[in-house]
Amino acid sequence: MYKIIASRMIVPNMHILTIEAPVIARQVQAGQFIILRAEEEGERIPLSVSDWDRARGTITTIFMNIGSTTSRLSQLASGSFIPTVVGPLGNASEIEHFGTVLLIGGCYGIGSLYPVARAMKEKGNRVLVVIEARSSYLFFWEDRYRVLVDKLLHITRDGSKGLKGHIGRIPEILTALDEPVHRVLINGCTFCLKRGSDATRELGIKTVVDLNPIMIDGTGMCGVCRVSVGGMTKFACVQGPEFDGHEVDWAELAQRRKSYMAEEVIPLRTSKCEEHAHQSEEVS
Amino acid sequence: MTEKKVLDLIRREMPKQPPEVRKFNFNEVAFGYSEELAVEEAKRCIQCKKAHCVQNCPVEIDIPAFIQCVADRNFAEGIRIIKQKNCLPAICGRVCPQEDQCEKVCTLVKKEGQLAIGRIERFLADWEARQGHVDMPEIPEWTGKKVAVIGGGPAGLTVAGDLILRGHKVTIFEALHKLGGVLVYGIPEFRLPKAIVNREVDYLKSLGVEVYTDFVVGKTQTMDSLLEEYDAAFVGSGAGLPWFMEIPGENLNGVYSANEYLTRLNLMKGYLFPTYHTPIKAHKRVAVVGGGNVAMDCARSALRLGAESRIVYRRSREELPARMEEIENAEEEGVIFDFLTLPLRYNGDASGWVKEMIVQKMELGEPDASGRRRPVPIEGSEVAVPVDAVVCAIGNSPNPLIGSTTPGLLLGKKGNIEADEETGKTSRDKIWAGGDVVTGAATVILAMGAGRKAANSIHEYLMGGDGE
Repeated sequence: MYKIIASRMIVPNMHILTIEAPVIARQVQAGQFIILRAEEEGERIPLSVSDWDRARGTITTIFMNIGSTTSRLSQLASGSFIPTVVGPLGNASEIEHFGTVLLIGGCYGIGSLYPVARAMKEKGNRVLVVIEARSSYLFFWEDRYRVLVDKLLHITRDGSKGLKGHIGRIPEILTALDEPVHRVLINGCTFCLKRGSDATRELGIKTVVDLNPIMIDGTGMCGVCRVSVGGMTKFACVQGPEFDGHEVDWAELAQRRKSYMAEEVIPLRTSKCEEHAHQSEEVS
Repeated sequence: MTEKKVLDLIRREMPKQPPEVRKFNFNEVAFGYSEELAVEEAKRCIQCKKAHCVQNCPVEIDIPAFIQCVADRNFAEGIRIIKQKNCLPAICGRVCPQEDQCEKVCTLVKKEGQLAIGRIERFLADWEARQGHVDMPEIPEWTGKKVAVIGGGPAGLTVAGDLILRGHKVTIFEALHKLGGVLVYGIPEFRLPKAIVNREVDYLKSLGVEVYTDFVVGKTQTMDSLLEEYDAAFVGSGAGLPWFMEIPGENLNGVYSANEYLTRLNLMKGYLFPTYHTPIKAHKRVAVVGGGNVAMDCARSALRLGAESRIVYRRSREELPARMEEIENAEEEGVIFDFLTLPLRYNGDASGWVKEMIVQKMELGEPDASGRRRPVPIEGSEVAVPVDAVVCAIGNSPNPLIGSTTPGLLLGKKGNIEADEETGKTSRDKIWAGGDVVTGAATVILAMGAGRKAANSIHEYLMGGDGE
């Protein structure tokens, strides 16, 4: 069992969870993920790691409350336990001295992008960060970014902070920067990754995306996370999760991610009345 | 008092759920022998002086001895004899291909009345479980040595069981949240109830085997860092990336690897969705590509989930690699067999779900390298088969995680860990390996056999020998 050290809603519908997992905290690198189950009957879901504390033996993840597992997770109080946390899985981000890097984080991707920004900075890169959300009240960790990176820019759908619109405005940002960018890296939802990659394709800037397909075991056994990259089938859990955004078959990925959209929320709607009735009959 | 017996050549059948009932549930198909049936069957054994069955058992169980115990109704002694060599009898009695091993060389096989050794083994294991009391073997004093076992499947469980009985401390590191490997994620409930796997795993724990689940060696901790703590390690990390045919349309929604399909069902209990939260679709027409035991498991699972289920196999019935018992079970339950049929591509609907498979008819030509007649396509024989799910059950490569993170560990062409066939020794000091990670997809008992050999070699090494 793994202890929840801290749990709270960080912005509406987005949660931050810190879990005691010393062996994972010791090993984890920027770009890696964990797989967890929120309860015994629960599904295994992958979540990016947004931060860790090696000394305290904790890892932190930020996720959107969207299906039955994330809903359950978001209800867990500090001090409670969950049955499975396994990791760190996937390959670490490719971190080198590239020169100037533009890192883009959308929604929950703002969280998982943070360790990448930190590692890129440690390698001596000039680090520019763009964070993107529907509205300014959905931003978090701006203070952490502000002290870490060389420049922090915003895009909001409603224009309440920074540029108005979505990630499609990246080319304008790149033009306005007036300095060469050697690499772009995007964390966020599939739509954000795709639109971001589309935006940099013509500019010819290498763009790395952190993919988030459905997974079960996360160790290369089940194959549900397969994605087409450059015409080849890749298994995101062991060969990713980072890939060249200009090579990914986005239509296929978006489709595959939707496979269980209907089912993802069904466990939320079951009241388990029957089960409970049986239990109370047994008691009485 | 033994008189010359008249040979009884009638194998006692094991009572089963009728096909028309069992194809709608996930409960175990076969009920197992009653005491009477087990004793009757055991009495048919002629107690050969030179017991070929023992030689043909990968873990060398003293078969005539335990059979005699059953004939004498001394069940406690019978199970004790099996457990000297096999710590997982309830599992092996169910899923070993006995027809290719012990029973194949039974003297009675000449008259097609080979003894049902597996069924008797199963009977004894279940009999013991029903007693509610399991005899605990004596554990010798700690040798001071510690062994890490990577992977809690059949190979790893065997190594753990063997080495704990020799006084070593054993720790199993399992990547998934449950111990058992393919026994829990792969083999369905109706063929191997998970309660039975749990029972055998609990037995190992009660012997003192330490277990870490959710621990991916190579990721959570490297092999080399583990070896700073442990005197030896056994790698039995099992299956890796599933193979696909590399034909168009395999990434459509509704096309599964057998590993995914079975893991959703078995490990994650998808058949109990939404009580368990991992979904599995209620497909209407499922095609399973392949002809092995895994393909049979998938096809029979699909039936139980309410689908019309077919096996698509490029050779003929003769060449099916699955166990005959599983083929017959599948046929009885109503799985459709499309023999001499090769999928060419899958077509999807507008939302990216598979809607049909285009297949080509084959005929058998000259024998190929495997000695089986090579299937040759018949020109112009393409047809479209409507399906809403396809399960690709054509095998998998060995798990890559240890190989790719352990410097100096020699790998074969297919990414398998190179290990000596007799000892399980790898190219690295202190590391042994066995099971699917060495051989590619094989059977539970072969993995256990490899575990047994490696355990012997590890023990010798730990006690000061060189493990040869």
